[in-house]
Amino acid sequence: MREELRRFIIDNFLFGVEDSQFSDDDSFLEKGLIDSTGVLELVAFIEEQYGIRFQDDEIIPENLDSVNKLIQFLNKKLVPAA
Amino acid sequence: MCGIAGVLNFDDAGADPDLLRRMIQTVRHRGPDDCGIHIDRNVGLAHARLSIIDLACGHQPMPNEDRSLWITFNGEIFNYLELREDLIRKGHRFATHSDTEVILHHYEEKGEDCVKDFNGQWAFAIWDSKNQKLFLSRDRLAVRPLFYTTCNGVFLFASEIKSLLRHPGVSREVDRVGLDQVFTFWFTLPPRTIFRGIQELPAGHSMTVQNGCIKSQRYWQLDYSPASEIRKIGRREEQEYSEQLLDLLVDATRIRLRADVPVGAYLSGGLDSGIITAIVRRFTNTPLKAFSVTFDDPEFNEAPYQEEVSRFLGTERHEIRCSYDDIGQVFPRVIWQTEKPILRTAPSPFFILSRLVREQGYKVVLTGEGSDEILGGYDIFKETKIRRFWGVQPDSQVRPLLLKRLYPYLPILQEQPPEYLKAFFHVNAEDLSNPFFSHLPRWMLTSRIKVLFSDDVKDELRSENCYTELEANLPEDYYRWDSFCRAQYLEAMFLLPGYILSSQGDRMAMAHSVEGRFPFLDHRVVQLAALIPPNLKMKVLNEKYILKRCAEHLIPRSVEKRPKQPYRAPEGKSFFSNGRGRDYVEAALAPAQIRKTGLFRPAAVQKLVDKFRRGLAIGIKDNMALAGVLSTQLMVDQFIEHLMW
Repeated sequence: MREELRRFIIDNFLFGVEDSQFSDDDSFLEKGLIDSTGVLELVAFIEEQYGIRFQDDEIIPENLDSVNKLIQFLNKKLVPAA
Repeated sequence: MCGIAGVLNFDDAGADPDLLRRMIQTVRHRGPDDCGIHIDRNVGLAHARLSIIDLACGHQPMPNEDRSLWITFNGEIFNYLELREDLIRKGHRFATHSDTEVILHHYEEKGEDCVKDFNGQWAFAIWDSKNQKLFLSRDRLAVRPLFYTTCNGVFLFASEIKSLLRHPGVSREVDRVGLDQVFTFWFTLPPRTIFRGIQELPAGHSMTVQNGCIKSQRYWQLDYSPASEIRKIGRREEQEYSEQLLDLLVDATRIRLRADVPVGAYLSGGLDSGIITAIVRRFTNTPLKAFSVTFDDPEFNEAPYQEEVSRFLGTERHEIRCSYDDIGQVFPRVIWQTEKPILRTAPSPFFILSRLVREQGYKVVLTGEGSDEILGGYDIFKETKIRRFWGVQPDSQVRPLLLKRLYPYLPILQEQPPEYLKAFFHVNAEDLSNPFFSHLPRWMLTSRIKVLFSDDVKDELRSENCYTELEANLPEDYYRWDSFCRAQYLEAMFLLPGYILSSQGDRMAMAHSVEGRFPFLDHRVVQLAALIPPNLKMKVLNEKYILKRCAEHLIPRSVEKRPKQPYRAPEGKSFFSNGRGRDYVEAALAPAQIRKTGLFRPAAVQKLVDKFRRGLAIGIKDNMALAGVLSTQLMVDQFIEHLMW
């Protein structure tokens, strides 16, 4: 999952340029990785790739703004309801 | 409106008539009606004429009575009749009725300061043989173009860069700092251009070439100091500003109708062109035909408003409909005209529109250009206001909600969750004191496409900072101005000449021998607008408030009240359909071609191209990247690798 997410970010927002180093904790917004519409692309990718649906109030930087935040969010989301 | 060119050999060798002929022939699209060359030993002037005033007697280059002064002139001096009367009273005798001759006599009278009395749009060169001095000048807002260079002891100037490239010694290389600037600001910072060693005379500057020395000096500056003083504005003062503005706009429009050929108008469906058209209809007896561009894509189409204004004013209107295909098809020719990379396709419809104007037999059009810059129409001014308002209380949950009112015409931005809107327009203490506070979000977003630059380009730019060069171009008082005024200055003095008036304006119109005239850019209007306090230009978040006060009863209320719709054109879909790019797009962006040009990373460009092929590119950044890389590749192909003439 981590690699898939990193690949998507690099391919879509950095045109595949891998030398723009960013760590899994780096904020996409602060690093300038995602433009003002990029978040919608990111949401669409995750919904399709992992078969989940975002609620409006889930589209917030706390859930989406770094690779680690995404993984944390997805881990919660993908756990089947008890 | 015309094309000009010229040479001055520093070593006193005779000017080469063949070179002059080649140079002027290259810009004959600017002036197909007549052509002339004048050589005085080491100096040569050339002219391609678009006859508009004094059709029979305006041949150029034109001398004064004793033939000691010769001029080649592109543009119009709109107050030439008033200046002419004054000069006749002072004893000057005129052989023609042209504005060109007025420049010569006024130069005789006042020397280089003559330009301070001109109301117009000009680029000219006067050869002053008595003083062995070449005097060049460009209008206050750089409406008309003027480029120059030196090579092998020759000074060359011309209306377009392609003319300069006619000299075999002029090198054809991309200025990578210029490229960096375009991929940040959308323009190069004058005198720099996208071609290394080729410069342009900045707005409001004149230049002399004498005794081997080239000196340029500013003769006009846009000053926002008085408007930046915070004060309360009463109803009466508001009324006075509104009346003064309308009076000046009426006069600015009236003198811009001076021509010995019919004058048309561009009608976009918005407030600005609507007001200009209304002024012509209401305050003059000039018959007027209006021209509009419409789009197949309803997101960009303004036809209903154009029809409404036209009906309201009783104006005959011609329109041309643009499809994605049309825009994509003309793009290479557009780049031949812009002579620089562009990050949008917006010039293409203007190219198509000027063709329609010309086919209808018109050479001159009035437009509403400049109003948004000088009277506070753009959303960037609103954005600045909101971000600053928010910056005062960065923790406020309510203040950033105003950002939703920005860019109502960009649905994709409107869909942004509030948390993201807040983050994208982030305001921190450091940014608040940045001299470019207003433009930081835009420029930072644009800069992200520089990830496509090749390692070679990145290495060369490592020690460059385009913000430093921009800062060096700012007036001293800039730092004391209100943030709204600073934003206006950046738009009016840089983006307006560097992109709007050049790439969308002069070059697109002149591609089909059409002259644009801009009443809002009459310097009296510009100077009055600079005096008007920002809170009258934008009352709370109501843009161009004072102009709307002027426009009451002049244009339909629905047009006056409609939300601001900036002119835009479709991007990616013009270049890709059914999973494939147009032939020239595929060729220009092919890895081998990208590698050959050396400016971008082939693999990264391929990723970008794949995204468009698969229909996945939706963002502003992707569209800017595509237009930027494609236009750069086309420019290199047309101007550096091959010469198209």
